Amino acid sequence: MTLASKTRRDLLVATGAAALAPAALLAVAATAERVIPVVAKKFEFVPKEIRVRRGETVILQLSAPEVPMGFNLADFRQRVDIVPGKTATLRFTADKAGSFVFLCDVFCGTGHEDMSGTLVVA
Amino acid sequence: MSDLDRRHFLQLAGFGGAVFLSGLPGAAGAEAVSDFFFVQLSDTHWGFEGPPNPDARGTLPKAIAAVNALPRPPDFVIFTGDLTHTTDDPAERRRRMAEFKDIAARLEVKDVRFIPGEHDAALDAGKAFKEHFGAVNYTFDHKGVHFIVLDNVSDPGAQIGEAQLAWLAADLKGQAKDARIVVFAHRPLFDLYPQWDWATRDGARAVDLLMPYANVTVFYGHIHQEHHQMTGHIAHHSAKSLIFPLPVAGSQPKRSPLPWDAAAPYRGLGFREIAAQAKAPDYVISERDLPKA
Repeated sequence: MTLASKTRRDLLVATGAAALAPAALLAVAATAERVIPVVAKKFEFVPKEIRVRRGETVILQLSAPEVPMGFNLADFRQRVDIVPGKTATLRFTADKAGSFVFLCDVFCGTGHEDMSGTLVVA
Repeated sequence: MSDLDRRHFLQLAGFGGAVFLSGLPGAAGAEAVSDFFFVQLSDTHWGFEGPPNPDARGTLPKAIAAVNALPRPPDFVIFTGDLTHTTDDPAERRRRMAEFKDIAARLEVKDVRFIPGEHDAALDAGKAFKEHFGAVNYTFDHKGVHFIVLDNVSDPGAQIGEAQLAWLAADLKGQAKDARIVVFAHRPLFDLYPQWDWATRDGARAVDLLMPYANVTVFYGHIHQEHHQMTGHIAHHSAKSLIFPLPVAGSQPKRSPLPWDAAAPYRGLGFREIAAQAKAPDYVISERDLPKA
């Protein structure tokens, strides 16, 4: 087997998979809910910007490695306490477009009042 | 208090924008209220340093001197929280509180009351505050008005909590439905702007408990600006800060302090004078900004 033929066969396999994929992926996209990990560190959220599609249902998987934190996305009436050692989850549907602030609503220290991020729904 | 007195007050205050609130609500048949007034100071953030207030160590002493210079002394003075700026160092927190207490002791009025803000109390459940200033929630009565101090900051999640709500309910049971009631809290009891954490998570439950009482007024701080809101018949009035003003809710992406204006130092800072006037049977809250000095 030459290098060229192996490459071609691999390419064919890959192409075949891709050719089969659209319908299957669409089906998955219609039902699967994206899980987005978010870490609440002193004193920032990582990531500090979360981008989702309008109408998309997402699950935020939140952790706080240091001290208790809160995650409050007031425009979607979503909030949860984040306790170190446990993962907190928030599931919601981004049913309106725009940029929305989320913040820590558990007073966590000197940088607490700057601890916020943005949800961008497009 | 006459208009002349009010103008005099404003000039002495020096910061501009002080508010005179007259006529705490009352009703016919309630216990007689004698005329009196008190002063609310808020959000002094002792220990803060930064460009939003280059005179951070001078502003509080100036405010205290202004209160001392009032033509008539108030019956009492109350600081509605965030006496100190937060620090993660418990020793530094106590140092700031001790310093603040020394400065507040310069008030010639000796009836001075304190309530905590989250900067004072949220990182240690109010421990240092209690050591320096006493209870975080309490009541007192003065000349026919029942005052209730609520603590919505010692819980870092900004909750009043079941125990304190039960305490509030029990206290209110002892009050006539037409009693004159004034509530002090640091944070707003209603959802002013949760996007900036300007709310109390279970504040609506306190408001529900207060709702059967006809004459309730709430004074709070936290948002570093005046704001006036009704929840039903209950009026809520916020105070200016004595360290830096914050923007109007939602007016900018972040709640960062408004910049210091060298051309108009102390703009947006100030304190409030509240008068209780015996005008039964018809009481109407008349709240207005003072004209510029």
